[in-house]
Amino acid sequence: MRRYIIRRLLQSVLILFVLSLIVFILLRIAPGANPALIICGINCPKDRLEALEEQLGLNDPYFPVSVTSDPPFVEFATDSQYGSWATSLFSGSLGKDWNGNSVGAELQRRLPVTLELLVITTIMTVTIGVPFGIISAVGRNSPADYTARFSSVLALAIPNFWLGTLVLLVPQDQWGYAPPITHAVSFFDSPWDNLRQFVPPAAVLAAVSAASIMRLTRSSMLEVMRQDYIRTARSKGLREQVVIGRHALKNSLIPVTTVLGLQVAGLFGGAIIVESIFNLPGVGVYELGSLIRKQYQVAQTLTLYIGVIVVLLNLTVDVAYAWLDPRIRYS
Amino acid sequence: MAVDATSIFVTDQEPIARSRGRARYAARLIRQNPLGFFGLAVVLLLGFVAIFGPAIAPHDPAEITTTTAVQGNPSLDHLFGTDHLGRDVFSRVLHGARISLTVGFLSVIFGTFVGTAIGIFSGYVGGSIDNFIQRVVDTAIAFPALLLLLILSAVLGPSMRTIIIAVGIAIIPGVARVTRSAVLAESTNQYVEAARALGASTLRILVFHITPNVLALSIVIMTTLLGTAILAEASLAFLGLGIPSSVTWGQDVNDARNTFPFHLWQAFFPGAAITLTVLGFNLLGDSLRDIFDPRLRGRL
Repeated sequence: MRRYIIRRLLQSVLILFVLSLIVFILLRIAPGANPALIICGINCPKDRLEALEEQLGLNDPYFPVSVTSDPPFVEFATDSQYGSWATSLFSGSLGKDWNGNSVGAELQRRLPVTLELLVITTIMTVTIGVPFGIISAVGRNSPADYTARFSSVLALAIPNFWLGTLVLLVPQDQWGYAPPITHAVSFFDSPWDNLRQFVPPAAVLAAVSAASIMRLTRSSMLEVMRQDYIRTARSKGLREQVVIGRHALKNSLIPVTTVLGLQVAGLFGGAIIVESIFNLPGVGVYELGSLIRKQYQVAQTLTLYIGVIVVLLNLTVDVAYAWLDPRIRYS
Repeated sequence: MAVDATSIFVTDQEPIARSRGRARYAARLIRQNPLGFFGLAVVLLLGFVAIFGPAIAPHDPAEITTTTAVQGNPSLDHLFGTDHLGRDVFSRVLHGARISLTVGFLSVIFGTFVGTAIGIFSGYVGGSIDNFIQRVVDTAIAFPALLLLLILSAVLGPSMRTIIIAVGIAIIPGVARVTRSAVLAESTNQYVEAARALGASTLRILVFHITPNVLALSIVIMTTLLGTAILAEASLAFLGLGIPSSVTWGQDVNDARNTFPFHLWQAFFPGAAITLTVLGFNLLGDSLRDIFDPRLRGRL
C-alpha cells in the first residue's frame, strides 16, 4: 500500500506539471486580448502600451529553457514567464496580479467564503441524499420511492443558474425579502445574517448533488440487499432494523462516500455560478473575473490550486476505498 | 432509473398476437416504459421546434415595437409575456431551441467520437500508457467541468464553433472511461478468443469485433450526455460567454436576472425550456441504457 501511494504521488506531480503547462499555454494563446491593452484601454498610445508590456513582463520568453536551431541547441533565460510563476508558487506568495495586488492575500480573504459555501452544501447533500436514498431502496416501488426518484430526476434537469436566479429574485420581487448581499458577513460576527447569506446558494448547489447521491445510495443499497450475507442476517432472525442499519447500510455507503469525495471538487464549478448570482466574494467569481480580464497570474494559479485539490481528493478517495472495503487491493 | 421494464422492442413475458393491432401494441409499449416515451415525446417536440420554430413563432424574437408593453404578463398575443425590451418571450424560447440542440448534438458527437477512440486505444494498449491515460482521465473527470469550459471558451473566443468544441472536449474524459471498461469487458468474451484462435490480428479483433460492440454503448452514452451538453452551453451563455448576438435560453435567463425590476416570466420560461429539454434527454437516455445494456444501470 505504501508503494502504491508513493507511485500515485509521483504520478500526481507529473499530472500537475502537465496541467500547469496546459493552463499556462492556453491562457497565452487566447486570441485578441492583450492584458496591457485591457489595462490601458483601447485608445492607448503605442509607446505607453509598449512600456506597459515591458513592465508586466509580457515580452519575456515563456519558458526558462528553449530549443534553438544553433548549437548548443538549448537556450536558458533568467527571466521567463513560466519561471517567475513557478518561483511565486514555491515561495508561497502566489505572486501579484496586473494591478499589483497580492494573489495570496486575496485568496486568503476569499477562501473562507467558498469553503463555507461548500461545507454547507456537502452537509445538505448528505443529510438529504442519503436518508432519501435509504427510504427509496427499503420501500422499493412504494409511493415514497416514486416521489424520491421523480424529484431526483427533476433536480438533475434543473439548471442551477436558473434555480439560483429564482431563489434570489422571486422572494425579493414578491415579498421584498433579500439576504444581505453587499458584502460577506462572517459567521462569528453575525451568525444569523451569515446563514441567511449562505444557506440559499448552498441549497441551490445541493439540489443537484443530493439528487445524484440519493440515486447512488438507492442503487448501492439495492445491490447490497441482494447479497447472501443479508439473507444470512435475516435468516438468523435479526430484526429488520439491524439488518438494514448494521449490515446493509454500512456496506452500501462505501461507494457513496467515494463519489461524495469526488463531487466536492466538482462543486467548485457550481460555486462560480451561485457566487456570481448571490454576490458572494468567493474564489469562484475571482477565477471567473480573472479569466475574463486576462489576469494570467490569478487564473493560472487558481486553476493549478484546484488541480492540486482534485488530485489529492482522487488519491484520498482511492485509498479510503481500499480502507473501507478490504476486498479491494491495489498493486 | 424510474423504469423497471427493460424492454420495449422485445417482450418476453407474453407474446403479442398480431391480430391485436398496432395501436394496442404501441399502447402496451408506452405503458411498459412511460417515462422513456415521455422523454422521446419531448425530444421529438424539440426537434420539431428546432426545425420549424422560426416559422411558427408569432413574432420576430428581436422585434421591439412602440406598441408592445414592456415586461408584459402572458396573454393571448404574447403567450409567455414580453421581456424588458418588449420582445416576445414565446418566440424567443422557440428560437432558442435550435441553438441549444445544435450545440448539444454536435458537441456530443465530437466528444463521443474522440472519447471512444481514446477509450478503445487506452484499453487496447494497456500497461503503463493505459495507466497514465486513466490517471489523466480521473483528474479530468473530477476537475470542475464548468471551469474547464470557461478556460476553453476564453481561449477559443466566442462563437458557435468554439463552444461546440469546448463542450465536446469537456465530455471526452467521461466517455473515454466508460468505453475503456467496456473494451476490457468485451475482450474477455469467448468470441474474441475464437477470433484469436482463428489467427486474427489484434488490430483486426479491435476493429471488426470489439469496436462494433462498443459502438452500441457509444450511442447510449450520447443520449445521456446530450442533456449535460445542453446544460453546459446554457451555463456558459448565462455567464455571458455564450454565442454572441443570438437568441439562447441561458442568455435570456441572464438578461432577466440583470433587469430591474425583475420580471418573473422573462426568467421562468427560458429556464423551464432548458429543464424540459434536459429532462427529456435524461429520461430517454436512461431508458435506452436499460434496454441496450442493463449492466450500466447507475454507472452513467
